[in-house]
Amino acid sequence: MVIDIKGLQFRWQPSAPLVLALEDLTVTAGERLFIKGPSGSGKSTLLSLIAGVTTAAVGSVRVIDQALEQLGSVERDHFRADHIGYIFQMFNLIPYLSVLDNVTLPCRFSARRRTKARSRGRGLDAEARRLLQHLDMDQADLHQRAVTTLSVGQQQRVAAARALIGSPELLIADEPTSSLDADRRESFIRLLFDECRASGATLVFVSHDASLEHLFDRAIDLAVVNRSL
Amino acid sequence: MAILSLAWKSLLNRRFTALLTLASIALSVTLLVGVERLRTEARASFANTLSGTDLIVGARSGPVQLLLYSVFRIGDATNNLSWESYQDIAAHPKVAWTVPISLGDSHRGFRVLGTTEAYFEHYRYGRDRRLSFEEGQPFSDLYDAVLGAEVADTLGYQIGDAIIVAHGAGEVSFAKHDDKPFRVLGILERTGTPVDRTVHVSLEAIEAIHVDWQSGAPIPGLSISADQARAMDLTPKAITAFLVGLESKIATFQVQRFVNEYPEEPLLAILPGVALSQLWDLIGVAENVLLIVSAFVVVVSLFGMLTALLTSLNERRREMAILRSVGARPGHVFALIMGEAGFLTLLGVLSGMALLYLALIAGQPLIERRFGIFVPIGGPTPYEWGLLGAVIAAGFLVGSIPSYRAYRLSLADGLAVRI
Repeated sequence: MVIDIKGLQFRWQPSAPLVLALEDLTVTAGERLFIKGPSGSGKSTLLSLIAGVTTAAVGSVRVIDQALEQLGSVERDHFRADHIGYIFQMFNLIPYLSVLDNVTLPCRFSARRRTKARSRGRGLDAEARRLLQHLDMDQADLHQRAVTTLSVGQQQRVAAARALIGSPELLIADEPTSSLDADRRESFIRLLFDECRASGATLVFVSHDASLEHLFDRAIDLAVVNRSL
Repeated sequence: MAILSLAWKSLLNRRFTALLTLASIALSVTLLVGVERLRTEARASFANTLSGTDLIVGARSGPVQLLLYSVFRIGDATNNLSWESYQDIAAHPKVAWTVPISLGDSHRGFRVLGTTEAYFEHYRYGRDRRLSFEEGQPFSDLYDAVLGAEVADTLGYQIGDAIIVAHGAGEVSFAKHDDKPFRVLGILERTGTPVDRTVHVSLEAIEAIHVDWQSGAPIPGLSISADQARAMDLTPKAITAFLVGLESKIATFQVQRFVNEYPEEPLLAILPGVALSQLWDLIGVAENVLLIVSAFVVVVSLFGMLTALLTSLNERRREMAILRSVGARPGHVFALIMGEAGFLTLLGVLSGMALLYLALIAGQPLIERRFGIFVPIGGPTPYEWGLLGAVIAAGFLVGSIPSYRAYRLSLADGLAVRI
């Protein structure tokens, strides 16, 4: 079980209203889960909980058999660095780093992912180039360019390469395709699928765009399962 | 370490504002350490306005007053001392040499000082430097004058020019010794001391121009020409003060006591070094003010850095969220901003010092020529190290403000991207 949420109740402050209440949510290894829901349905909160940025007072969030609420905040930061790749909606990249430096960024914070990225017997940059190539970013001149000169689609693929480097077990994508046009959305998702399959990663994909739902193994609607609504 | 390389790259990305901040820190450090170095040297140079002289003797008054009129030619002596007392003390077995000084006249605002050849031989300033002639030589004839460098520069005199000495010390004087003009025989090199602003003549000359004067005015009906005066006995009856060099410094207090207890007339002997530092304490307030002002300039430049870092934070909240998402802790975010502040401060201090040394190398000859202050180009003194340390500490302290704010923001924002 990669994600195992039981009896979760989350509020920002003890006196604040309930934001998220999940009875039971499990994701198995290698699964590709689509989470849909309108804004305000608790998507961002759920992702913060899975990524270990926040913890809930009631219930349990287990990720890769680790109960996150039992870890301190520093340990959770370590845990995230080691096991989770994260893709934002847009502007995923650090503007002052090159494409390659952006891709290898997680390896600065996680020795585990650094070791795994090197396990193919090559350097970090070589591994970053390999991932970029798989994501149709194989023009070598792109790799040294300032990231601000890349198109939105190119930026998202760099972000995907960054989330994938060092083979984390879990990939979280927070509406990564909302800034792409329709035909690029699908191709981006297919590339993501291929890479997840190759590294054995589990994918949790959040979007309000129900048209993508059919591509995934399974879909849940937060508007339905979130009992606080 | 990884976070420091991020901080460095982030600075390079914003190199324009970073360079401006860096420049203001660097310039303020140059100013601070430059002022410190100049004031140290100015103090040392002041303390060495007169060196090599063991005692200054004059009529009894205050030490600072005696110093002011005998060395700085400021103010007037309340009393003269008699030639006999001078002779008596000069003959003391522990006394190696004496230089008599007679003041009271002036030339277009510059004091005229009557003395002997011993003045050019024994007068020392700075680190045991003696007076040297840019042109000409010490006076030999009765009506010869030797000018200080500033007198010659300001009034445009050259060797052979005739000058008229005026009675009294004022800038404008109506009583002139115009019957006995002097000839410029020598011009001294610039010393950066009051010597530059002095017209030197012989003691006998002072006596000669006053032979037909009494109580500060010409005696009516009596006129003795310049040549007639030569034939007269021109031994002075009194002098204003005299400098004393001793056989050995050990005798200083013994001779000082001898002078202060001299029974024939009330006299005062002072140690020039002690009196000079007393005087510096009096007027040295300005140098402290200067150092404080330049310290404030450093503070202002650090506030510039604070502003630059704080205003950048809001547009960097996305960057913080990205860093958090790849596993950076809020502490890393703190270290990132702190690293930038640290780089700016350290580089600012380094380039400020580099700038200072460049300025010193370029300006050293000029400063020495204009002000007589020799500024040595050595490594920082312990006090300067202290100043630099304080600047760096202040830089980190100031840097901790935006760093802490970034820390709080990244803790609150988490992975949420807010703009």
